[in-house]
Amino acid sequence: MNIFTLLKMSAECFPDRIALTSGDAHISYGELLQAAEGAAERFRNSGCKYVSVIDVSSPAVPIALFGAAAAGLPYVPINYRLTVDEIQALKERIEPAYIVTEDNRDNFIEESLAFDGQAQEPPEDPQAIAVQLFTSGTTGKPKAAVLRHENLMSYILGSVEFASADEADASLVSVPPYHIAGISAVMSSIYTCRRLVQLPNFDPVEWLRLVSEERVTTAFVVPTMLSRIIETMESQSTARMPSLRAVAYGGGKMPVAVIRRALELFPEVAFTNAYGLTETSSTITLLGPDDHKLALASTDPLIRKRLGSVGKPLPTIEVQIRDDDGTVLGSNLAGEVYVRGGQVSGEYLERKAVQDDGWFPTRDKGYLDEFGYLYLDGRADDVIVRGGENISPGEIEDVLLAHDSVADACVVGIPDQDWGEAVAAAVVLKQGVQVNVDELQTLVREQMRSSRVPGQIRFMQELPYNDMGKLLRRVVKEQLSQ
Amino acid sequence: MLVLKPGARLKSAVCDTEVMVVKGSGEVDLRCGGASMVNATEQGEGQLNADFSAGSLVGKRYTTEDAAIELLCTKAGEGSLSLGEAPLGIKQAQTLPSSD
Repeated sequence: MNIFTLLKMSAECFPDRIALTSGDAHISYGELLQAAEGAAERFRNSGCKYVSVIDVSSPAVPIALFGAAAAGLPYVPINYRLTVDEIQALKERIEPAYIVTEDNRDNFIEESLAFDGQAQEPPEDPQAIAVQLFTSGTTGKPKAAVLRHENLMSYILGSVEFASADEADASLVSVPPYHIAGISAVMSSIYTCRRLVQLPNFDPVEWLRLVSEERVTTAFVVPTMLSRIIETMESQSTARMPSLRAVAYGGGKMPVAVIRRALELFPEVAFTNAYGLTETSSTITLLGPDDHKLALASTDPLIRKRLGSVGKPLPTIEVQIRDDDGTVLGSNLAGEVYVRGGQVSGEYLERKAVQDDGWFPTRDKGYLDEFGYLYLDGRADDVIVRGGENISPGEIEDVLLAHDSVADACVVGIPDQDWGEAVAAAVVLKQGVQVNVDELQTLVREQMRSSRVPGQIRFMQELPYNDMGKLLRRVVKEQLSQ
Repeated sequence: MLVLKPGARLKSAVCDTEVMVVKGSGEVDLRCGGASMVNATEQGEGQLNADFSAGSLVGKRYTTEDAAIELLCTKAGEGSLSLGEAPLGIKQAQTLPSSD
């Protein structure tokens, strides 16, 4: 079992179909297979033990991913936006490696495509590491999450059908290549025999241009990207995307107001919310297009609130909610989200987080409602413990965000002599408005309990986010603790 | 008799069919085109049995009735897959919305 099989099957069935569009380059499935075999040959000859790409999306990404698989080497993409020191520290953890960067990218692609030798049979060890990802590092030193060939194959076989795409189908990938969503996008696209269109650096104007010019039919975006696309469309009345049929989103919490606006603006587009983690080989639950439409149209509050849900587990995935003692909780009771299935690795080079019976504690908090829909409520590590009482930052943020003048909010726990931790908030106000701290404190006190009222509220120009639009709570916590 | 394990690659002895084992383990009488299948690295011989010539389709997943064995067809061929003489069925595709 080797993920290389995915590319090989597609290339044998549709050698002339275009697999990849990147700028002016169009690469067919046959050419991509040949390039991956060429890259594998080069990796083997180099004596490397790892293959890495420290660069934006380009044809080098699928070539290196499948080339590494064919050579039986782990593929370890690294975030090119990190500092020189951070990149150096990660490189030291994957020595010796064959590394593709901006400098050798064109040469790597060209020489891989020119391969005309005899390809070796790829190794077939299902337990070999296919992909190793350094977790985004919102806290502490990055951990090396490992995904084995059997995990990734389980995800692909369980979530998409081979060759199910039409020749005219094209998917636009604008998430970075070092993120699990970027990797699963490549594999799903290849296995369904779609055309993958790469957007190296997300920009809403460029995104809309590519959708229109490349007749993109499906796309994956993170919530901040969707917000910016909507803003751009609303300001440019000429922006049209007639080819676009489906948009999947994930990678962070989608504000209900944004998805509601998107559904109203693009009634013909099928929206899907996909929730997953690096350690689960991407998507584990889905809120599908019908769920979105039903929730938007419904007057029943239990159905309407589904726009804030991440949906139901894939048929190949089990989900449980457990309390701190590990007891499985019933519906509508909040606890930690546990997940089990073939695609779940739950494993780092440093330690195994998956339990012997296959259940993986995600550290995400949430609950399943009586219909089986999963609702998330932040990370277990973000919970504020004030005088022994557990406080969820998300609930307080929702109250603050409901204020007309508040554009963004982040609630964290800061060290406190009396309570252990105290509630503090960083708030970004909308342009041109002013609110005083008292007014926001009163709002929280009236809608929640006095223990939820942030003792400190600091106004900021903006909150710190990483490339995937994930709020860096650790940074806010440091700032507010000073 | 073949010894199955998940991830193993098998091929037909009498046609182009190739499969990957998704699920299943132990000794089984897995056939394609009426003849015992062989490991992907081995050479098989024999003739296609007309009773087992409905063909295999690439990308389809084939299962036994009890779902104990599941194979992914990675290369199509003229022979059809069976466990002994019991033909394998095609696992129905689950239609999930595209998530990436």
